[in-house]
Amino acid sequence: MARQPLKTYLCLFAQQHPEFRLPELLSLASVTKSEVKFDELSYSKTNPLLLVHFPSEESACRIAARSLLIRSLFELWGSGRNHDELEASVNKLPSEFTDRYRRSDYTFKVVVRGFSRKCSAEKQLQLYERLSYLPLAGKVNLSNPDYEFHLLEDYGDNPNEAPMEPHRVFVGRLISHGQRHLIQKYAVKNRHFIGNTSMDAQLSLIMANMAQVKEGSLVFDPFVGTGSLLVAGAHFGGFGMGADIDYPLIHGRGRASRAGAESKWRGKDENVSSNLRQYGLADRYLDVLVADAAKNVWRQGELFDAIITDPPYGIREGRRKIWVKKYTKPSPT
Amino acid sequence: MKLLTHNMLTSHVKGVKNGFPLRILARKVEVRQIDFNPNFITRMIPRIDWSVLRAAAENLGHGQGLPESPPEEYESQEDFLKSAHHVLMEVEVLEGDLECPESGRKFPVTEGIPNMLLREDEV
Ligand SMILES: C[S@@+](CC[C@H](N)C(=O)[O-])C[C@H]1O[C@@H](n2cnc3c(N)ncnc32)[C@H](O)[C@@H]1O
Repeated sequence: MARQPLKTYLCLFAQQHPEFRLPELLSLASVTKSEVKFDELSYSKTNPLLLVHFPSEESACRIAARSLLIRSLFELWGSGRNHDELEASVNKLPSEFTDRYRRSDYTFKVVVRGFSRKCSAEKQLQLYERLSYLPLAGKVNLSNPDYEFHLLEDYGDNPNEAPMEPHRVFVGRLISHGQRHLIQKYAVKNRHFIGNTSMDAQLSLIMANMAQVKEGSLVFDPFVGTGSLLVAGAHFGGFGMGADIDYPLIHGRGRASRAGAESKWRGKDENVSSNLRQYGLADRYLDVLVADAAKNVWRQGELFDAIITDPPYGIREGRRKIWVKKYTKPSPT
Repeated sequence: MKLLTHNMLTSHVKGVKNGFPLRILARKVEVRQIDFNPNFITRMIPRIDWSVLRAAAENLGHGQGLPESPPEEYESQEDFLKSAHHVLMEVEVLEGDLECPESGRKFPVTEGIPNMLLREDEV
């Protein structure tokens, strides 16, 4: 089979968890079965911009549809070390590429952004006018355009020592945003059942991406706590199974962990299953057990597609043994 | 506890050679409706010990209509997948015990949650 030539996209990453950007991207390429290539040497953890190559816009969008660390993806129209080089590179675009935009049957807007240095409104206007060489015949519509073109100016990695002129500039057409909105949607602060160590929504979703959870995956968390990782797994189509040694926690007993509510007892419905229900994922809850992760309770065989977990660390929620004596009286017959 | 979970759990009491399957001594069983997801059930069938599932379902009074073994090309047999879905996902043991087949040790199930913890001297 002839391989499709790869097309070039500009990836704008979020400025968080830079160490997970490339691992997440590679995992998502694998789980969505898309090819991806990039030059690792051109990547710096302190810089949010990276050129990446995908076989098609569709495969790029499949990745963005799951990524937490991609802020936006752009089809690359041109790049250069300065605005003259950028203009020359845009002018070299083949006509098949630009023909569609030389017709007038669409609307667009142009966005100008600087990294490590904010552009003044005046400078933005200048840059915007400088872009008149873009082969765009549509009408401008700022509120709801069919297409968005972005000029991205990179002033280096250090905002405190940003030069007057950018050292790289790019123009691209926005093709997709990543899934940053999920961070609010699954925010622990609005979660029904939380504990002292409930895993942050963003990290949970990144973990589910790295574990390549997909529709119909059986996901296990041996230190399930309040089930944040099962919520994240369920968002991507997984079915969640959990275990934890903390009997009262799993049974929704004991004191609430929410700030300001520490003196209250947990409600009867504070459990992992209600956390999934809160997001309309109730049917993706399988079971939780009270079990010690150090003792295997699973029969041999291939059972789970993914094990995602956040084991006890430090002193906040240390490894426990205390419940063992209290709750393991075999029940009367 | 769903029968899917039961199908994967084993006893781990010290000295026990084969702790699977755990015998279900049910005091309270409930059927809860769960959306049928044929893809998930299809993925689970190869991981399931079918005869154990069938015996467990029969023991709880929900074994009707389950074949001796999964049919060939089960992924396209919707009736089969639906009955598998019912016993794997919808039949829940809420109260009871899971008994180790060798040692007789009972793991209690309360509020639908199995407690698999052992005392120090049992592990
Ligand atoms: C860091 S917390 C996990 C928090 C969870 N990710 C959440 O979002 O709520 C670690 C959990 O491990 C449990 N744990 C400690 N020792 C354990 C053991 N030996 N076996 C199973 N769970 C254990 C604790 O009860 C605690 O809930």
